[in-house]
Amino acid sequence: MLSYVLKRLAQLVVVAFIISVLVFLLVHLLPGDPTSIILGGNDTAANRQILLHQLGLNTPIYHQYWIWLIHALHGNLGQSYLTRETVGHVIASGFPIDVELIIISQVVAFAVAIPVALITARRPNRPLDNIATTGTFGLLALPPFLIAPILVAIFAVGLHWFPATGYVPFSQNPATNLHDMILPGLALTAGSIAVYYRLLRSDLIMTLQEDFITMARSKGLSDRRIMMRQAFRPSTFSLLAVAGVNIGALLAGTFIVEYLFAMPGLGYSIVQAVQQRDYLIVQGIALVVAIAYVVLQFIIDFLFTVVDPRVTRE
Amino acid sequence: MSARRAGRPADRTLEFPDVTDLADPLLVVNDLHTSFRTGRGTVHAVDGVSLTVGRGKTLGIVGESGSGKTVLARSIMGLLPTRDVIRSGTVLFAGHEMTTMAPAQLRQVWGAQMSMIFQDPMTALNPVVRIGRQITDSLRLHLRLDRREAHTTAVELLRSVGIPSPEERARWYPFQLSGGMRQRVMIAIALACAPRLVLADEPTTGLDVSVQAQILDLLEAMQSERHMAVVLVTHDLGVVAKRADEIAVMYAGRIVERAPTRTLFAHTHMPYTRALMDSIPRLANPSGTRLQAIAGRPPDLIHPPKGCRFAPRCPYAQDKCRESDPPLRTAASSDHVFACWFPLVDRMPADGSAKSSASAVDYEAPSS
Amino acid sequence: MADERKLHSPGVSSSLGIFPGQTPPLVVATALADPPVDDDILAKRPLGALFWFALVWVAVVASMAIIANWLPLPNPNHQNYTAINASPGIHHILGTDDLGRDLLSRIIFGARVSLVVGFASVAIGMLIGGTLGLISGFKGGRLDVALNAGSFVILAFPAIVAVIAIVAFWGQTLAKITIIIGVGTVPIMFRVVRASSLAFANRDFVIAARTLGATGTRIVFREILPNVMPAAVSFGLITVAGVIVLEGSLAFLGLSVALPTPSWGNLIAEGTANGNLSINPYILMWPALAMFLLLLSINLIGDRLRQRFDVREGLL
Ligand SMILES: Nc1ncnc2c1ncn2[C@@H]1O[C@H](COP(=O)(O)OP(=O)(O)OP(=O)(O)O)[C@@H](O)[C@H]1O
Ligand code: SF4
Ligand SMILES: [Mg+2]
Repeated sequence: MLSYVLKRLAQLVVVAFIISVLVFLLVHLLPGDPTSIILGGNDTAANRQILLHQLGLNTPIYHQYWIWLIHALHGNLGQSYLTRETVGHVIASGFPIDVELIIISQVVAFAVAIPVALITARRPNRPLDNIATTGTFGLLALPPFLIAPILVAIFAVGLHWFPATGYVPFSQNPATNLHDMILPGLALTAGSIAVYYRLLRSDLIMTLQEDFITMARSKGLSDRRIMMRQAFRPSTFSLLAVAGVNIGALLAGTFIVEYLFAMPGLGYSIVQAVQQRDYLIVQGIALVVAIAYVVLQFIIDFLFTVVDPRVTRE
Repeated sequence: MSARRAGRPADRTLEFPDVTDLADPLLVVNDLHTSFRTGRGTVHAVDGVSLTVGRGKTLGIVGESGSGKTVLARSIMGLLPTRDVIRSGTVLFAGHEMTTMAPAQLRQVWGAQMSMIFQDPMTALNPVVRIGRQITDSLRLHLRLDRREAHTTAVELLRSVGIPSPEERARWYPFQLSGGMRQRVMIAIALACAPRLVLADEPTTGLDVSVQAQILDLLEAMQSERHMAVVLVTHDLGVVAKRADEIAVMYAGRIVERAPTRTLFAHTHMPYTRALMDSIPRLANPSGTRLQAIAGRPPDLIHPPKGCRFAPRCPYAQDKCRESDPPLRTAASSDHVFACWFPLVDRMPADGSAKSSASAVDYEAPSS
Repeated sequence: MADERKLHSPGVSSSLGIFPGQTPPLVVATALADPPVDDDILAKRPLGALFWFALVWVAVVASMAIIANWLPLPNPNHQNYTAINASPGIHHILGTDDLGRDLLSRIIFGARVSLVVGFASVAIGMLIGGTLGLISGFKGGRLDVALNAGSFVILAFPAIVAVIAIVAFWGQTLAKITIIIGVGTVPIMFRVVRASSLAFANRDFVIAARTLGATGTRIVFREILPNVMPAAVSFGLITVAGVIVLEGSLAFLGLSVALPTPSWGNLIAEGTANGNLSINPYILMWPALAMFLLLLSINLIGDRLRQRFDVREGLL
């Protein structure tokens, strides 16, 4: 167990290191730098040289990386060139938004997908199942930027149930925060519902053909009980794996929703920082995302061992 | 259960009185047909089967792979897929007609009064459920035991089917057990609620020979201890030769010969039964003797051949066999029926190639 | 037992999401995980009217996009100040936008971008990633380990950052965007093709070919490729849908093809921009509807084809 954790930690460090190098190369090797944005009208060659020097951007790239790494290891990820906000602060205020969006969208996705799959898988290709399955194609064809205006039109503009945009940190006012998060969360959830539903449904159908299900029936267990206690768990392997991928992709992948609902999450912050060449912000967020990704995979792997006793940690 | 629900026929509790006339058969199957609609056509997997099992008795059902044994066992129990299945005929179990029962009533019978041991112990146990819970499921459901009582009973059951350190094994998962152990667990599950009838569908296929005998002995011991009736399905006549009171030979979805074990061996009428006998491994033969397999393949159950279904493979087939279907007839003793136009007994004196009558004793299942 | 789980292990399917926030890569995984049993039930059913509607829609969109120049349409960028925010009518069938540009014309010309980006970039990904996956899955060994580890790392990388960074600084032309996204789909195609190539590498007929002395190249192209194709094509189609969505997302950041060139993403972004939604909802509605139907159709076609293909695979 200990060696397993250590191995995982080593993996984490390696991935984080490689990602940081890659991001560093990416943002530095592409043409352009933050000086023109900072200088605005005062963009003369002399000013530019001075600024590059001040920002430490005129030294060789490996040296810059070395400086960044040393500081990062001391917990100092630097600050924005433009706003002077520390990267640590950007992450601390943005990360909870992403996490909250992901949690809301995933909880809703599972809460919809699992019961519907449990119901329709019992009678595949009957009307109910056909409706649900066709419906998932509709959901899949609705990317967040198409859903968001629909949701806003109905629930914000029409019914006034939720605000169209806006964000209040959870720590300030949890109720308002949750309230504001619901529409963005829902905008993200459609694809997940469709994918989870279809995956679970087809795995359930497959499981229901297994001998051990007939065996459970032969014991006199009710269909409901068989679905819940015999068929569900062995049908969740692919669901888990794909949920891992999906959530991983949502890390910093919520930018479009954050943009549409004007929320300062990590996803939108990194996208903005890339466009403004705000290197340190990009590096800091990418690092956090990479670590979160590896940790997420770690959690998913652990859940595999919970769901299936045959899977052992090697 | 609320009063309202109890009033619904579907939920009415079935009565299984203990004191009954012992001569009264436990299971009477009459003209059972089961077919599957498939993309290629309708598969007539069970085609007019009738049989009777007495209380506490053992009926052996023997036939080649694909002859419909599993489908028959599942049709008796009513454990068929819900779609694309057509079943007709009657199954009278302890005075209750199973074929018209509502699902809720069937669930009162399943596991409690009638249970099944599945063919493949590798696939019939839920891989992600501890074996203890796979046993306690039905104990809690049918016998209404609480968690602890059920656990204690499950451990006892595991002990009685010969699982060492059952306390510990109850917490194991199926994949941690060997094939033989899993089959023992399956027997424990099937016997948990002391059913009146156990349908054992090839309980020893896939196990090695010494384990086979152990499992069958165990089943027999449990049977006499609990006075259960057993339908023992197998493709190996040797397996049932010593254990069954009566044997039904199945071919292409039908019963082609049925008789008390001794009679069947002494007065074999059907060439197919004879062929099965010839394929039994015998202790007397030096090991390595090749068994005489039956030449040819079983018929297509979608378009069964006209006339006797065994005709294409039967060494004694004549024109009449290919023309018309032999009905099930009664032999010399009234409890012996067979379906053949030219039964072996009639031909015996003339046909030198047929062996003299064999006795069941010759056909021992290999045992350790 | 451990082997059984391989298909489910995160290693295989985790591979599939590369564009953050896009669901389609997951559908790829769905397709991977869909069991044959399910397909068997569905296989007997005809492709269905829905499938044909989907195919017709894709065909209509594609042919309109191709012959757009010869259609009697106003220039998509022509600003007609006498007809700003016109409702649908005889002069402008779908109406005009806030600059008086004809919406039908913009949608038809915009379809070019969506379709080219969608299909051409996936073709690039398929060519590079597919080839690598084919070889990696068949050969195994150190190469496979290296490529595999590489894809794990890439997954931990917020790929959208790379796409945005490169698009923003290399240029917003159709060709460049297509190439950038195409390279971005390489890992997806790699993982998918590798997974099925791996599955086939140990099948009897491949082993048979090997013992008969067939060369590696020959086996890969004659035995494995034809079997991997079905999976690759249906995943490819689903990825096309994902890329079309990605173009839409980039448009919101002003990073799709440079304005005023229409693309469906650009049109949708314009439709939601400053007040347009309440003044003239048609600007959003038409391209949104077009994209919805296109994504629906592509996903549907991909799914039905997969069912068909898998059946053939099962007959092997
Ligand atoms: N669900 C089903 N759908 C279609 N055909 C089926 C189905 N189940 C069984 N069959 C067919 O019914 C016939 C009898 O099968 P069955 O499993 O009862 O044979 P068996 O005697 O038990 O053979 P084995 O010794 O191999 O277990 C076979 O031809 C089989 O293909
Ligand atoms: S009826 Fe004819 S073909 Fe059929 S078993 Fe008897 S002898 Fe053989
Ligand atoms: Mg069978």
